[in-house]
Amino acid sequence: MKVLEFKNGIWDKEINVRDFVIQNITPYYGNHDFLVGPSQKTQKLWDICKSAVKEERQNNGVRSVDTETISGVNSFEAGYIDKENETIVGLQTNELLKRAMKPFGGYKVVQKALSEHGLAPSDAVNELFTKYVKTHNDGVFSAYTAEIKKFRSLGFLTGLPDNYARGRVIGDYRRIALYGIDKLIETKKEDFSKINGPMSDSVIRLREEVAEQIGALKDMIAMGNHYGLDLSRPAQNAQEAVQWTYMAYLAAVKEQDGAAMSLGNVSSFLDIYITQDLEAGLITEEEAQEYIDQFVMKLRMVRHLRMEAYDEIFAGDPTWVTEAIGGMFADGRTKVTKTSFRFLHTLYNLGPSPEPNITILWSYGLPQNFKNYCAKVSIDTSSIQFENDELMRITRDSDDYGIACCVSFQEIGKQIQFFGARTNLAKTLLLAINGGKCENTGTQMVEGIAPMTDEVLDFDKVMDNFKISMKEVARVYNDSMNIIHYMHDKYYYEKAQMALIDTNPMINIAYGIAGLSIVADSLSAIKYAKVKPIRNEEGLTVDFIIEGEFPKYGNDDDRVDVFAANAVADFNNELKKLPVYKDAAVTMSVLTITSNVVYGKKTGATPDGRAKGIPFAPGANPMHGRDSNGAIASLNSVAKINYEDSQDGISNTFSIVPKSLGANEEDRIDNLAATLDGYFDRGAQHLNVNVLDKETLLDAMENPEEYPQLTIRVSGYAVNFIRLTKEQQMEVITRSFHESM
Amino acid sequence: MPIKTAENTLKVHSIESYGTHDGPGIRMVVFLQGCKLKCLYCHNPDSIDTHGGEEHAIEDLVRRAVNMKSYFGIKGGVTVSGGEPLLQSKELIHFFKRLKEEGIHTNIDTNGRVLNHFTEELLDDYADLVMLDIKHMTEDGYQYLTGAKNKNTTFTFAKHREASGKKMWLRYVLIPGITNKPELLHAMGNYFKEYKTIEKIELQPYHKLGVHKWDALGWEYKLNHIKENTDDELKEAESILKAYFKEVKIN
Repeated sequence: MKVLEFKNGIWDKEINVRDFVIQNITPYYGNHDFLVGPSQKTQKLWDICKSAVKEERQNNGVRSVDTETISGVNSFEAGYIDKENETIVGLQTNELLKRAMKPFGGYKVVQKALSEHGLAPSDAVNELFTKYVKTHNDGVFSAYTAEIKKFRSLGFLTGLPDNYARGRVIGDYRRIALYGIDKLIETKKEDFSKINGPMSDSVIRLREEVAEQIGALKDMIAMGNHYGLDLSRPAQNAQEAVQWTYMAYLAAVKEQDGAAMSLGNVSSFLDIYITQDLEAGLITEEEAQEYIDQFVMKLRMVRHLRMEAYDEIFAGDPTWVTEAIGGMFADGRTKVTKTSFRFLHTLYNLGPSPEPNITILWSYGLPQNFKNYCAKVSIDTSSIQFENDELMRITRDSDDYGIACCVSFQEIGKQIQFFGARTNLAKTLLLAINGGKCENTGTQMVEGIAPMTDEVLDFDKVMDNFKISMKEVARVYNDSMNIIHYMHDKYYYEKAQMALIDTNPMINIAYGIAGLSIVADSLSAIKYAKVKPIRNEEGLTVDFIIEGEFPKYGNDDDRVDVFAANAVADFNNELKKLPVYKDAAVTMSVLTITSNVVYGKKTGATPDGRAKGIPFAPGANPMHGRDSNGAIASLNSVAKINYEDSQDGISNTFSIVPKSLGANEEDRIDNLAATLDGYFDRGAQHLNVNVLDKETLLDAMENPEEYPQLTIRVSGYAVNFIRLTKEQQMEVITRSFHESM
Repeated sequence: MPIKTAENTLKVHSIESYGTHDGPGIRMVVFLQGCKLKCLYCHNPDSIDTHGGEEHAIEDLVRRAVNMKSYFGIKGGVTVSGGEPLLQSKELIHFFKRLKEEGIHTNIDTNGRVLNHFTEELLDDYADLVMLDIKHMTEDGYQYLTGAKNKNTTFTFAKHREASGKKMWLRYVLIPGITNKPELLHAMGNYFKEYKTIEKIELQPYHKLGVHKWDALGWEYKLNHIKENTDDELKEAESILKAYFKEVKIN
């Protein structure tokens, strides 16, 4: 076998994949003409997958579940789609789309998910988890305070990872391909030997964690053996590099079922191996594309066992296999390679898809050919999202990062994050005008806010109270997060992923907010119009009468946009004052996933004129229909939110009808690329792009079977449109579609 | 905020902040109020009345354009359309001068019926691009469509632009049975084939999106009997014009 020839650097003296990529990458500036269609093998496999997915959909969203086995890195025998056609192998269980139980996050959730499909865990599993094994969920609820439970049940804090796995951690899955597991074990053992006394809590905990990681690495070798793969040694060619990397990821999704299980940024790493094999004449372009197509196909088949209620917050059975593609090195070279194109090309070879969640790290300096191809793929498939590489690379000081979940920066192999869902900032504002009481139940949530009796809301008074309510909500939120992450480490530690990350990495805690546009518009209404609250007998506001006009967020009007930017800064500052478990650094996102619908349901009428129960706008988007000055004005408003204050990401979803983007394909590509350059030049962080006609979506609602792969971007991820609930579909359709000629 | 005077304001019909069909790239399109023609197919008939519109301070419009500048990229910029923008040529000089100071590409979408010393200064010194609307190649056709005489003013305008050596696009609304006849397309091609400043001709498919505005104004829409173009019609016109122009675009 040919020996791969790599340029040396720091990477061959320590674990440092970034340096390997920097030393060995071949940036690509050309166009997409070199790309080829799917191989016969790929087509055969994909046909099997498509019919399996159809079966799954017809069977209420689950094809089958193993109710006997507790899923772990090495708990299943090998599984295949169709062995003779598989160039890249490996399934989470022993069968395509068979889901597995991962009960350490919370056993009740597993029971519930199974019972919704008429199933139950085996007696043995049931006995274990009802008598002997304590889960993350058990741990959290044994420590939760009454106050936290109140905030949680009344919808001030929602989607907290307290009964499911937190996810978001991204292992450096490239490490197994580059170094082989033996080397990784050796390095972890060295680390372990250096973690010594005095034996404080944190030292003991770290020793235990590293010991767990070493165990997980050994399990990964065993997992590889089921497939006849020797993962103990480095990959020796392109096919192995893809296979080894996938195996590392597979270990993670066998062990954990976190909401978001991102992949990182593997494409240009893999390109180094592919380029060598192509240059040596060992493989053809068709084979190179086949590796990537089959890898991506496997990623599309990742499944977790979820209960129906989960669908309200995270609709469409997402897995967030987020792969970040593109971006620039700190030295000014681009990270774009031919394999960046090959990854994107899977959206043609296999058709559009929400997973993997392909995220383009956009920079002004990206090769124009790549920008144009990304724009083309986005227009054709509505399956990809864009994030500002310049902004993140410079602000966060790293050029080797992935995107955790939707919008969250994470340096690969060096940092992790603690996922924290989000708080409802609109309800927090309502506390300020309801004497600290929940607007729906009258429950006293926050002390120290005097009841308001004014006939017309006074801006200064509301602002003063809002500051108090933000401070208090932040306090309770922080308490809950500390408990959650303490318990997750204790009962459901991500040993496989953490084994692929430096020992004792830097941690970011990822708080979040929802309802930003409502807060901004409400404050604007109170300041610039007359807002008269209508109160019930208990003195709670049930509605508002607004007299006069007021500027609305989404029109590039500083008078109101400043309220949005300030609310983000203020809440972030409150969070920053509070101590965090494991000394994690505070970050915050403006992101909703699909929970903007359920948040709306739980929130009473708001001073901006939004009626009780109406969905929020997603992420940092302006409220539906209020951005009346065109697409750019809307984008500019969102761009004013300062990334410094919201370093876990600021999500914006942009939907436009094809004709409004330009008269022909060439114009549309140019204009979308220019829009992205323009938006990110304004300092914005994220953009989901949908290029679709509303009529297509309405037709898909009527005839779902004709649109099995119709994909649409929602806040920070993409979903199969037909897998959304009717309510969520309607919410997507009523959003602003920029439409003009 | 500067005081508005007749000198530093424009009479605006409406503003489109994400224009992708009125010149190259992404553009802020300022539709100005007032037009001396009354084209039968006009999709903005409410912009015809020279007494309507809203006064906008030029500096305010410049500020809006500057806020959008990062989206314009290399190609985009500001387009003034209408109505007929050249009815406000004198004020436009000030507007375009400011845009050029800000490094923004300028474009005028016009019927070419105004050519005075203000227009000439605007065209020669400040308009990076002119999109000249060719209504009809015969005098009768021109009068029928626009209600005005003397199509030749448009040609005089074109000659002036050609002589200045600055860029020009032609635009042509393809109305079935009225302007889509092959002999008219050949006539237009022959007339302009020697022009060096014409980068492209844009064929504007005929559509009825503005008909409700005619109803709202209480005006009779006289082209109700005409159907929108078929793809074949558009392709046929495109292939005829390709013999004469560097680029033919269906807009």
